[in-house]
Amino acid sequence: MAQHQVNYASAAGLPVALTSVDKLVNWGRSNSLWPLTYGLACCAIEMMATGASRYDFDRMGTIFRASPRQSDVMILAGTLSKKHTEFTRRLYDQMMEPKWVISMGSCANTGGMFNTYATVQGVDRIVPVDIYLPGCAPRPETLQYALMMLQKKIRRESADMNRNTKQNLRMI
Amino acid sequence: MRKYTPKDNVQAKSYYTDRFWVAPFVPKSDVSEDAHFSKLLEVMKESIEVKDAYIQIGQMIIYINPEDNFKVLKLMKEQYDYAMCSEISAVDYLAQDGEFEIFYQMLNLKKAKRVRVLTRIKEGHAIESVVPLYNSANFAEREMYDMFGIVANNHPFMKRILMPDDWEGHPLLKTYPLEGDEAASWYEVDKIFGKEYRDVIGPENRDPASIDRYDTKRFSRVGYEREFDADISSAEKEAPIEYSKARFVNYNKSSKQLDERR
Repeated sequence: MAQHQVNYASAAGLPVALTSVDKLVNWGRSNSLWPLTYGLACCAIEMMATGASRYDFDRMGTIFRASPRQSDVMILAGTLSKKHTEFTRRLYDQMMEPKWVISMGSCANTGGMFNTYATVQGVDRIVPVDIYLPGCAPRPETLQYALMMLQKKIRRESADMNRNTKQNLRMI
Repeated sequence: MRKYTPKDNVQAKSYYTDRFWVAPFVPKSDVSEDAHFSKLLEVMKESIEVKDAYIQIGQMIIYINPEDNFKVLKLMKEQYDYAMCSEISAVDYLAQDGEFEIFYQMLNLKKAKRVRVLTRIKEGHAIESVVPLYNSANFAEREMYDMFGIVANNHPFMKRILMPDDWEGHPLLKTYPLEGDEAASWYEVDKIFGKEYRDVIGPENRDPASIDRYDTKRFSRVGYEREFDADISSAEKEAPIEYSKARFVNYNKSSKQLDERR
């Protein structure tokens, strides 16, 4: 039976099922999603309403942060102009891993009705997006639902972010 | 033969124009009808050349030479209490006349009088800045430069105001397409990732109704449903249409009649 002997002293031979670690880590991640306060246009009003007492994001552990260093989710709420893209990308780059992006509203998804020279035609041209919210502007319930879907997605993923398929997209 | 599209005006046109439509005419009246305006015009004519002047909807409109703009505004401000210059901008008449029309919208707060000073300059010519007289002209002239490329001489900070500094072209020109030129459509990609990433990210999709039939991530067709992200580029087999079995669900389980009032 010597070949089945487990060496408890060495770290490499840990007889721990990592799915439990995944569950634990993802439980922590999904229940403390801190979004970056990033309102770009009128969708920001709905985002603020979702954060306020009636819809109350706080009960889901979602607390808006004013710094990219402290946040996990970027909610791109509103029209993104081309002049602003480099700052959006910089804020995204400043966020800690793991990080997720919610594209909120038609303008962020596809450029919406702003079919012009100065509007980015979909924020997925500059940052990898996890969830697209339709609507102009989406109701607070929609954003709440999106956040719950994001929580579901996180719980489904591996805790090791390098094993998730989105990492490959993150390079661009 | 290809359809001819004029290059000097690429702005979108309406599909239908009424050939019997006549532009509504705003009545013009003579400057002599208003004592204040006629006196102002008289003083102006002593020092500069006034091409045309009339009153429309209670406003005096005067046409001057572009080199007199500073002189006229100075006279109006210092002697006739036109303390406010509410708007400065330009209109692109390059396709029509080869000129820009620049307007200065002036307001006399004491007498509640408005004057529009109009002047025309050729393309590539500059105009004298009126920032020493009106601070509101600072941003207005920067915007005029940004949108039309008209430079104001002796402006304290002649720089783009709305568009990014490295933007190419002046968006309010009639020769500038609404959806942007080549540089505009790749602006964010070139700036953030570099030109070599154009192939990775791809061109902008500006068709709101575009459907990619081989994209099984975002689209599915009735009768051709596939698994998420399945590769169907080689062949597409027909699948039987499945309708929902649940129908005509009676949610009103109680026998109560709600439409009869007691």
